[in-house]
Amino acid sequence: MKQKVAITVNGVRREHEVEPRLLLVHYLRDTLGLTGTHVGCDTTQCGACTVLMGEQAVKSCNMFAVQADGLEFTTIEGLAKNGQLHPLQQAFWDEHGLQCGFCTPGFIMAGVYLLNQNPSPSDAEIRKGLEGNLCRCTGYVNIVKAVKAASQQMNGQGAAQPAHAVEAGGR
Amino acid sequence: MAVTQMIGARIQRREDPRLITGHGRYVDDMTRPQMAYMAVVRSPLPHAKINSIEVTEAAKAAGVIGVYTARDFQGVIQGTIPVSNSFVPDKKQVPEQFPIAKGEVVYQGEPVAVVIAEERYQAGDAALLVEVDYDPLPAVTDLEKALQPGSPTVHSGAADNIGWDMTYAAEDSIAEAWGEGEVFVKERILQQRLFPIPMETRAVVAEWDNFDNRLTLWTSTQVPHFIRLFVGTAMGLTESQVRVIGPDVGGGFGAKLRPYPEEYLAAATSKLTGRPVKWIETRSENLLATTHGRGQIFDVEVAAKRDGTLVAMKVTQILDIGAYQGVFGAFQAVACLLAGGAYQWKGIAARSIGVLTNKTSTDPYRGAGRPEATHLVERMVDLVAGEIGMDPVEVRRKNFVREFPHTNNFGLTFDSGDYEKSLDRALGLAGYEELRRRQAELRSQGRYLGIGLSTWIEICGLGPSAATAPAAGVALVESATVRVHPTGSVSINVGTHSHGQGHDTTFAQLAADALGVPYDAIAINHGDTGDTPFGYGTYGSRSLAVGGMAIRKSCHKVVDKARKLAAHIFEAAEEDVAFEQGDFYVKGSPDKRKSIGELAFAAHGAGLPEGMEQGLEAVTYFDPPNFVWPFGAHICVVEVDPDTGAVDLQKYVAVDDCGNVINPMIVDGQIHGGIAQGIAQALFEEVIYDEESGQLKTGTLVDYMVPSASEMPDYEMDRTVTPSPTNELGVKGIGEAGTIAASAAVINAVCDALSPLGVKHVDMPANPDRLWKLIHQQRTGGNGASSPEATSDARGAFGATQEYRPDGGR
Repeated sequence: MKQKVAITVNGVRREHEVEPRLLLVHYLRDTLGLTGTHVGCDTTQCGACTVLMGEQAVKSCNMFAVQADGLEFTTIEGLAKNGQLHPLQQAFWDEHGLQCGFCTPGFIMAGVYLLNQNPSPSDAEIRKGLEGNLCRCTGYVNIVKAVKAASQQMNGQGAAQPAHAVEAGGR
Repeated sequence: MAVTQMIGARIQRREDPRLITGHGRYVDDMTRPQMAYMAVVRSPLPHAKINSIEVTEAAKAAGVIGVYTARDFQGVIQGTIPVSNSFVPDKKQVPEQFPIAKGEVVYQGEPVAVVIAEERYQAGDAALLVEVDYDPLPAVTDLEKALQPGSPTVHSGAADNIGWDMTYAAEDSIAEAWGEGEVFVKERILQQRLFPIPMETRAVVAEWDNFDNRLTLWTSTQVPHFIRLFVGTAMGLTESQVRVIGPDVGGGFGAKLRPYPEEYLAAATSKLTGRPVKWIETRSENLLATTHGRGQIFDVEVAAKRDGTLVAMKVTQILDIGAYQGVFGAFQAVACLLAGGAYQWKGIAARSIGVLTNKTSTDPYRGAGRPEATHLVERMVDLVAGEIGMDPVEVRRKNFVREFPHTNNFGLTFDSGDYEKSLDRALGLAGYEELRRRQAELRSQGRYLGIGLSTWIEICGLGPSAATAPAAGVALVESATVRVHPTGSVSINVGTHSHGQGHDTTFAQLAADALGVPYDAIAINHGDTGDTPFGYGTYGSRSLAVGGMAIRKSCHKVVDKARKLAAHIFEAAEEDVAFEQGDFYVKGSPDKRKSIGELAFAAHGAGLPEGMEQGLEAVTYFDPPNFVWPFGAHICVVEVDPDTGAVDLQKYVAVDDCGNVINPMIVDGQIHGGIAQGIAQALFEEVIYDEESGQLKTGTLVDYMVPSASEMPDYEMDRTVTPSPTNELGVKGIGEAGTIAASAAVINAVCDALSPLGVKHVDMPANPDRLWKLIHQQRTGGNGASSPEATSDARGAFGATQEYRPDGGR
C-alpha cells in the first residue's frame, strides 16, 4: 500500500515509502524529524503547520505527503541561511513577536509568503494576510510590528538591529 | 566587573533563537527508543451507563500492543484526581474522579478506553474499533434545571447537583448599609464558558523504567512538581521515583495547571506495556476534554446614593462546575471576595453556589474569578452612573480606595495603589473629553459610538502561606537555588515554570543585578523536577513576585557568604566589606577588589574561614507577606453598526501599574495578550452545549471564534509605577491583568453605544447576532428594559436560578 515519494525539503531531496494517508506535516515531523513545523488544530484553522511549497504558503496538515511528491518545500528550519537569520526571524526576535513560540514557525512562514506577495504591506494588509494563523499569546500586536519591521529591513529602509539591543528601560 | 543595571532594560528574550528557528523542544518533538502511541476512546454521550466494552476487534488491529479499560488500571492507578479547597473549603459534593470511567460516563469526552499501538495513526484507527455499549441516562446541562428539586442528577445516586453553597457574608449582615441606599440597580451578568486554547494542546510522553522502578513523564504543564506529587502518588510511587519534565510549553492560560486523566493513563500504560508511551491531544479532544473557563452567572444588586456614592452590594455567583469538581475550580469563587473592585463599600453580601452539570469541568482560565469580579463591578458602576445621570468617570473617582494599605470587605489587604493616577493617564491618552464631544455629534447623526471604562484591580502573586495553606492544603511559597560555579558562572534552578512569559530572560536580569555578574553568565533552569527545588509552578501571576523574590533572596544569601569570605581574604571585618556591582572591597580601598567569581573559586579551594563549608550556593523558599495588587485603567471606544450589529473596535487605551518593571518589553507583551483574550470573551468566544442532547456544539475551531489578527485592534498603552511594598523588588504580577481588565471596558463601551436605544446591559459575547437582535428589539418596541428579550435567549441557556434557596433564603 505504501507509495514512493521524492520530496525536496530545505534543498535536500529525500525518498521515502509512505502511506497514502500520511499528512505532509507528519511526514515532515515524524519521518524527517523536522519538528519546527507544529500541529495546533485538526481543521486547518490555526496555521501552526504553515510551510512554503515553492513560494506558496501551504498548511501542511491539509496536504498528503503523496501530493507533495516531486515538489520543493521550505520549513522554518530552512529559512536561516549560512547562520544568518531571515529578516523576519530577526524581526520576530527584536519586536517580541512571540511568547510561547508554538505558533511562531507558522506565522514566520506565512509572513515570508506575505512579504513575497506584497513587499510593503500596510498594517491592515499584514493583519489580513495573517488571518489564516492563530496566536493566543501576543494579541498579534508585536507580530504585526515584526512583519512591518522586516518589510522595512528587506526594502533597505530600516537600520539593522544589533543582536542584543539593550536600551535603558523603565518609565 | 561592572555591569549595567539590567532591571528595567528592554532586552530581547534569550529563549527566542531556538523558537524562531524551529528548534523549540515541545513534548511532541520528543521521541524515545521503542516509543508507542496512545489514543483515547471517549464517551460520545454526556451521561450514560456503560454496559460493556468490546475490545476484541481493536486488539487485533494492525500495530496494536494493548487495549485497556478501567478494569485494567485497578491496582496500577490507586488514587483519584485531587480537588483543592481553594476558596470553598466546605464542599457539599465532591464526586470521585478516577482517570478513566468505571461504569458510568458523566460528560462527553470522558475517557472509557485507551489503545496503545506502534504508530500514531494505528492507535487512532484501533480506537475506532472499540465498541462501547451505553445505556443513555438523563443529562443535566442547564444550571437552572440542575438546581431544581427533583432534577436528574449528574452522577447516578447523588441526592442533588449542588457542589458547594458558600456564603461569605449574609445579606442580613449588610442590612444597615443597604438601608442607606437611595437608588438601587440590579442586573444578571453572565460569564459564558470559554475554551482556554493554548496553541499547543496537551501532550505527554511517559517512560516507565522497570529495572529502577522509576517513571519519567514529559508533559505540557504549568506545574511539573504538582504532577509529580499527584500522578506519582496515584501510581504508588514516591517523589524520588518520579521525574516530571515540562519542556517548552506552548501556552497554558490556566488549562495546564492540574493533573489530567491522560497523564495517569500514559504513565500506567507505560508500566503495563513496558514501552515509552506518547499521547498527543488533538484539538477536537482539547476542546472536549481540557478544562474550560468561566461558566458563571452573577445576580448583582447595588445600593448607591444620588450623589454617586456606592454604599452596598449583594452578589450571588452561580458557577457551572461541570461533571467533576475542577482541581482548582473553587478558586473562581474569589470573584465574590473581589466583587467590590477598586471602590469603597459599607457592605457587600456574597454567596457562591457551585452546580454540577454533565459537562467538562471548569477550572482556572487566565484571570480565574478576577475577570468576573471586574466585569460585574465595572458594569454595576456604569449602571449606577446611568441611573443617576452622572459621568461614569466621576462615579469612579468618587468611590476609589485612596489610602493604602486598604483592607476590603472580606479582609483582603490591597498593598498599594493610585487608582486615580492611572485613570487620569488613560483619560488623557484617550482624549476623553473630545471623545464625548464626538459621541454627541455622532448620536445626532444616528450613529452609535460608545466609550467604556474599566478601572480594574487584581489580587495575584499567590501567595502567603497563612492565606494559601488553608485553601490549597499546601502553602504557595516559591523556590530558587542559586549556585555560583567555581569559575563564576551561575546556575539558577527555580520551582516556577515558563510557558511563554520569558522567565529565562527576566529572572536572569534580576539575578544579574543582585549578584553583579554578567547576564550571559547566568543560566535559568526550570520545568524539570529532577534538578529544581519543590515549587508550585506558574499561574496566578506569581512567578516574579514570589519566584523572582526567591531568586533574589538566594542571591543575597550567596553574596552574604561571599562577603564573609572576602573579609577573611582581605583580613578585614565583615561589616567593613562593601559589595558593589559584583565586586567586594574594603570600604576606603575601592582599588583592591575581588569579584564574586573570584570568591566562588576561592570558596571551592582551601584556606576558608573556620567553620565555612566549601561552595557558593543557596536555596530559598520565599513566603510572601501578602498578595500583590496591580491595577489600572482601560478605555475602549467602539462604534456599533445598527444594521448589522457589528462592533467596530476603534480605540483601546490601557494604562496599567504592576509596580516596578524588570523588562518593559515582556510586560507590554503580557498586557497585549491579556487584553486580546478579554476582547475575545467580550466579542467573539462562547462554548455552547446543546441543551437537549448535551453535545458540545462548538467542538472545533471552525465553530468557536478565536479571533485572528484581522479582528483585533492595536492598543495605546502607558503605565504608572506604584511599587509594591510586599516585596523588595517592588513588583506585582502582570500576566493576567489585560484579561481581567478588558471584557468590562469593551462591554461598557457597547452598552454606552446602544444607550440611546434604551439598552442598559449586554451579555457576552456581544457578537453581531446578539446585538442585531437586541437593536431590532429595541427599535421595534423596546422600552428601555434592562433585560431586553433578545438577550434572554442566551440567558435561557444558562437559566434563571433565582429560585434556588437550599437554606430557605437568607
